[in-house]
Amino acid sequence: MSEMATTTDILVDIQNLSVTFNAGKKPVRAVDGVNLRVTSGEVIALIGESGSGKSVTLRSILKLHPPRRTVMQGSINVAGRDVLQMSADELDAFRGNDVSMIFQEPLLALDPVYTVGDQIIEAILRHEKISRAQAKARALALFERVRIPSPERRLNAYPHEMSGGMRQRAMISLALASHPKLLLADEPTTALDATVQIQILLLLRELQRELGLSVIFVTHDIGAAVEVADRIAVMYAGRIVEEGPVRSIIRDPAHPYTKALLRSVAHGSFAKGTRLETIAGSPPDLANLPPGCSFADRCGEVTDQCREIDPKEVWLNKQHRARCIRLVPVN
Amino acid sequence: MTDSKKSNDQGGPAQPLLSVKGLIKHFALQKDFIGRSTGVVRAVDDIDFDVRKGETLGVVGESGCGKSTTARLIMNLLDRNEGEIIFDGMSVGGNDLPLKSFRRQAQMVFQDSYASLNPRLTIEDSIAFSPQVHGVPKREAIERARDLLVRVGLEPRRFAERYPHELSGGQRQRINIARALALQPRLIVLDEAVSALDKSVEAQVLNLLLDLKEEFELTYVFISHDLNVVRYVSDRVMVMYLGQVVEIGDCETMFKTPRHPYTKALLSSIPSLDPDNRTEEPPLTGDPPNPINPPSGCRFHTRCVHVQPVCKEIMPKLIEQPDGQSVACLMFEPKSAYQHKSILLEPVL
Repeated sequence: MSEMATTTDILVDIQNLSVTFNAGKKPVRAVDGVNLRVTSGEVIALIGESGSGKSVTLRSILKLHPPRRTVMQGSINVAGRDVLQMSADELDAFRGNDVSMIFQEPLLALDPVYTVGDQIIEAILRHEKISRAQAKARALALFERVRIPSPERRLNAYPHEMSGGMRQRAMISLALASHPKLLLADEPTTALDATVQIQILLLLRELQRELGLSVIFVTHDIGAAVEVADRIAVMYAGRIVEEGPVRSIIRDPAHPYTKALLRSVAHGSFAKGTRLETIAGSPPDLANLPPGCSFADRCGEVTDQCREIDPKEVWLNKQHRARCIRLVPVN
Repeated sequence: MTDSKKSNDQGGPAQPLLSVKGLIKHFALQKDFIGRSTGVVRAVDDIDFDVRKGETLGVVGESGCGKSTTARLIMNLLDRNEGEIIFDGMSVGGNDLPLKSFRRQAQMVFQDSYASLNPRLTIEDSIAFSPQVHGVPKREAIERARDLLVRVGLEPRRFAERYPHELSGGQRQRINIARALALQPRLIVLDEAVSALDKSVEAQVLNLLLDLKEEFELTYVFISHDLNVVRYVSDRVMVMYLGQVVEIGDCETMFKTPRHPYTKALLSSIPSLDPDNRTEEPPLTGDPPNPINPPSGCRFHTRCVHVQPVCKEIMPKLIEQPDGQSVACLMFEPKSAYQHKSILLEPVL
């Protein structure tokens, strides 16, 4: 997190967040000591493999986990209020108002028995005291905003009558219904074709610029993250192992996991016949984490100390931090 | 193994391993109350292509373009309406090559590694299942299965007696690959076989596929929506749009100089991985049209930047260009009514 940012423009401040699920035989610590700050108008991409805790972190910001089976520790301040201390009523008002969320599969996130227009109108009326006609006009403007062709006709469509890209646009307009300051996006383009994915990514970037939205964007696709993000946070086994501006992460990665991840991606410049570099093994069991660094077993630069010492956060410069004991902080 | 391979080869290296001619598959839509069909989905609409011996043919296109239907038609998992599938000179399903012996030589790996394994069979039983169907005694089939587990990088002593739900996605996909290899096939159709895997696991499985291809002299048809991966594994690439082939040819040539406007748009929607060179304009607007009522003429004309009135009337044919790439676009069809307006639109000859 950038230390240059003054306290006033910090919109989200997550301090030492831990999330533990008590569903199975052993408690699973899905998120373990995450710190993350997001300033107004900033786009952050959380990247990592399945089970790295990126979606759990995102859902924590709206406190969407089942309360009886989840233990959340730390603090999540959004616009000066701690989400973890909110009552059920406060959460109802908070969700969708200051912060809203879009999901990977809009067909599951939208209600199949109401038209898309009705769902947006309902969301507006839930948060504001205006007439239904005014709400409908707002819904139409939102559809135009996200560039849905023939918006008037589409407002009366049911989710199954729209294509994948169109449904994702409709969900974005639903998320924007009550002027949120922060948009949370959980793999919003993973289910889409490349040609439609780039349209949605460009739309997100445009909305962020024009409406001054902050966006936290979860993806496993580094390419998509580079297209929209200002900063990238790389997660592994429930922790942010590296975070920094997108250029530093792509050009000058510090953590061995980030380096390996970037090398394992097949992209245009790869010569045929060369082997892709792989990360041996698989991610650790979150119910049974090893002592020391959780990446040690798969790391190419591992030392004996890595298996004993729990790596602390190291600041490589004012904006770039990583968790690896072999890195040297700047003074 | 090598002996059986040699006796399998019928027409020598020059004859394509797989030749698809005039393949058509239309799915009838739900019938109305007196049993009349209300229309058809033209999932695959008259396509021709060859797969050469020992190559990897990549197949790309947006969802709904007919990639997976083509794969299932090749494997005879779906009945075709029209067309012929010729495997090493013999018509599949004909007297020379009955379906059962074709299936011994052609296998498929699916995207969903969990759904494609029987949850009640152990890993070794799953792999040994199809050899037993083809008459291999059980003990020998199990022995071969354990051998294959080693080949795909899984220790038989640890894995052979486990069930699919005890494995990770990457491990399960290795099992599916081992099962496909169990009959010593010559052709493997991989339908989005690595798409559900995490990047680091995907790289492991891609490396494995390339090793196995060399070791067993395999031919792959590799279907994927991930263009970077297709570029990495393929020798030739086929681009499909709304049930038709729009461009087919050498992989590197196509990625460097795509001809068809759709191929160009598709390739430029790949994220660049360069923070200073982000995409500013989407190369294509809108979603692909509905294959129930595809546009007239060239099916891409509704989204094409170079569209002319003639494109709405004449359906372009797939025509081989001087460098061996084939393109279905009026811009590249000699003596078509397409007017080349500027130098920029001139075909690369």
